[in-house]
Amino acid sequence: MSTTTESQSHPAPVRKSLLRRLVGFNLLTAVVLGVGGYYLGWFIGHEITGKSFEFQSKIDENDVALLLAYLFGVVGFLIGLGFANYPVSRLLGRPASLREKEDEGIGRYFGLCTDHKVVGIQYLVGIGVFFFVGGLNAMLIRTELLHDVPTTVGPNQYLSLVGMHGTMMMGMMTSGILGPFANYFVPLMIGARRMAFPRIEALTFWLLMAAGFILTSTIFFGGFPTGWTGYEPLNDQAVIGMDSYIIFFALVGISMCLLGLNMLATIVTMRAPGLTWSRLPIFVWAVLATSVLMVLAAPTLVATLSMAALDRTINTTFFVPGGGGSPFLFENLFWFFGHPEVYILALPGFGIVLELLPVFTRKPLWGYRLAVSGMLGVTLLSFFVWQHHLFVSGINADLRPFYMLSTEIISVPTGFIFLCVMGTLWKARTTFSVPMLFCLAWAFNFLLGGLSGVFLSDVPSDTDTHGSFFVMAHFHYTIMGGLIFTFFAAIYYWVPKMTGLRFNERLSKWHFWLMFISFNSTFLPLFVLGMKGMPRRVSSYAPNLHGLNVWVSISAFVLGFSMLIFLANVVWSLVVVRLPALANPWRSKSLEWQLPTPVPVNNFEQIPVIDSDPYDYGTPLGIAGGGIEPAAAGT
Amino acid sequence: MAEPNHWRRFTTIWIVASLVATPLVVLLLGPILPPGNGSEQASGHVTDNTVLLAMATPVLLLVVLYLIYAVIVFRQPKGGVLEGPAVRGNPRLQTVWIVVTSLLVLSLAAYGTVRLEEDGAGAGGGPSPLVVPSGHKLQVQVIAQQWAFTYRFPEYGGVEVPHLELPVDQMVELHVTSLDVIHSFWSYQLGVKADANPGVDNIAFVKPTKQQTFEVRCSELCGIWHGQMFDHGHVVSREAFATWIAEQQKKYAAATKVLQPYRHAYVPEPTRRAE
Repeated sequence: MSTTTESQSHPAPVRKSLLRRLVGFNLLTAVVLGVGGYYLGWFIGHEITGKSFEFQSKIDENDVALLLAYLFGVVGFLIGLGFANYPVSRLLGRPASLREKEDEGIGRYFGLCTDHKVVGIQYLVGIGVFFFVGGLNAMLIRTELLHDVPTTVGPNQYLSLVGMHGTMMMGMMTSGILGPFANYFVPLMIGARRMAFPRIEALTFWLLMAAGFILTSTIFFGGFPTGWTGYEPLNDQAVIGMDSYIIFFALVGISMCLLGLNMLATIVTMRAPGLTWSRLPIFVWAVLATSVLMVLAAPTLVATLSMAALDRTINTTFFVPGGGGSPFLFENLFWFFGHPEVYILALPGFGIVLELLPVFTRKPLWGYRLAVSGMLGVTLLSFFVWQHHLFVSGINADLRPFYMLSTEIISVPTGFIFLCVMGTLWKARTTFSVPMLFCLAWAFNFLLGGLSGVFLSDVPSDTDTHGSFFVMAHFHYTIMGGLIFTFFAAIYYWVPKMTGLRFNERLSKWHFWLMFISFNSTFLPLFVLGMKGMPRRVSSYAPNLHGLNVWVSISAFVLGFSMLIFLANVVWSLVVVRLPALANPWRSKSLEWQLPTPVPVNNFEQIPVIDSDPYDYGTPLGIAGGGIEPAAAGT
Repeated sequence: MAEPNHWRRFTTIWIVASLVATPLVVLLLGPILPPGNGSEQASGHVTDNTVLLAMATPVLLLVVLYLIYAVIVFRQPKGGVLEGPAVRGNPRLQTVWIVVTSLLVLSLAAYGTVRLEEDGAGAGGGPSPLVVPSGHKLQVQVIAQQWAFTYRFPEYGGVEVPHLELPVDQMVELHVTSLDVIHSFWSYQLGVKADANPGVDNIAFVKPTKQQTFEVRCSELCGIWHGQMFDHGHVVSREAFATWIAEQQKKYAAATKVLQPYRHAYVPEPTRRAE
């Protein structure tokens, strides 16, 4: 195996002078070149559209200038980080470093670094920041909905907030689990020393950060009115804030596609000897399935948004009905990406739950093959259901029975996951640690999300609930209840490994209970609001729904407060107190917990040979077995 | 103490709970489910929602009761390091689960298809719906634009009116279209929803059965005043409708003359921002 032949030795850290470090390729240079690129693009855009140079403080309607500014800005940012160094060196025939910044101290977290463990932590912090920005938008949305007529932020700001909240969460959180935890732990779980494409791994992270920044910048350009779906022709009609959405989602699409490709290559080619497909940790299976979706779905998104950008700039009419185009085309293309997208959000959650349950129940994973086929079944079917988002749109009306059938069939493989969860809990010896609590909450939330989905998949029922708060409650139960709860399960489970520090138990439990209760108290009433006829994305609603909306808003504020408890827990446990974590606090038999903390740069002294799956619990062997032995000589 | 037979105990709890809860849900929750009995389609939705809820109840109870049971019964003793039984699956149970869930969803899909193809279920069925109710249908065109709905009656000289009135017990053929962006015509009490697409004729059928005031709301995000795009309509007796439409024809006679001739869709001019 190629990984075993790689050199173990590490070059000694080279101390660079302060000047070299400042003008080298780092975050500072990246920001400078990013801003420079932005103004260059702005200038060129105005030149080719025949307008004079104007500073960005003045909002005008030049889409060409803003799109070019964003693109040049991103390219400048990436060059500043040093992404061009390697290809340029190779082109010029010069020797190029295979690794970037792996030996520097804390500085390696603030630039292009090819160590998958550094990228994992970068992802966790970076995505966390944008998760809080998106959450803050939600708080402002609920503040506006305290009143049944627009008062607080007004209808225009309100729509921008709705759009930013939805787009931020759907875009950034696609990598919410794969970014931090798959990047960090997949190589450790499969016994590899690195990812297949470390430089691409770093690129996916920095693309996502640039994208998040661009989406946030939409507030300087008038926001965008379309929500996260970006439907045409409202998209074509919107002010230049819409361009932020287009560039954001295109960058997220590229990042997702590359992330998926990298994961696929790593999992397929870099498994340790003996790690057969039937011994692969179930979380790695979930990552594999998600990656397939990412690679196949994201290009559609990028292509669709490119067409939208052309419509907005050079007056093509892909989606403009007056010019022979069709808004149906956009809806079709968008949801061809958009439905796999929601499974990109859900599948990693399945993986986390099934990975953690055996550890806390002290039992092997029940129905391993069933769980794998469930995930692969969801992956396959998720490409055949997208028109259930368009049941009342008038498109392909005669095909609705097919999409009704395919949508309802997808609950069969999802049911496999539930059966595996229930089977693993059977006669278990469950310890209710915080990660386990989040996993159990997942089971409850995703159940409600799934069952409400049955109403939406049925065309007659969907006629009432489509486009209403019922849908909103449904996808918050599946995405927030499915992804965010497992995201926190993963944080409480794995951050002690990533940092070597332990969380405060009491704050963690407060966080969990407050979040679980306020989450349900926020989103259960939304089912009722939807069934009483409240449409989504409105800043004014029927006066008889006022009381329930106030209840929801107050619950949402408590939900927001629970996130502050989490933040306090992070600061208190990881910054202030810094109690060291046990080497293996959960007595897990998985490979990553057998490594020293902090994990060495090369991960494994010797590539292990795997002779069983990591769920060897419930045997007389106790905790010492683990199914891991050092590699025999010659492997 | 001997280990109780968990399997029998839990199955009993679940079956009893389902037998109690499902009729309760159907009898107590069923009648208050949306969207009421304002039209044949709305009443149909109430039936469908009740059926789905009745099927979902045992599933919900199975998982929720199981989670509660497992949390209470299958615990690690405090400070214990006991291991659970090393069971890795149960092929028979897995097969039963796959067969039962597959049958359940297939029957749901079949039921939904039958109900949809009976009368279109009030959903927008595109320009040429597969199922067209027999008999005379009152033609009403719903024209959406930012941010209001207007209605044209081709059988009454193509008059265009700002508010909707419909005769009771009369099948109505709604032709929903838009002049600018995508909207969605949603009348909650009538159980009708159909997207309004520019350049597309989206047909939905509805037969109001109750004289009442109904809401009309836009349910597809269409710009800043999307939330304010609502109106009230009335279902009235046939005589009252005849009087009302005659009045409207007289009132808007001058406007009707300069309107575009009635068409199923009006393709908008391309909108362009910067020239």
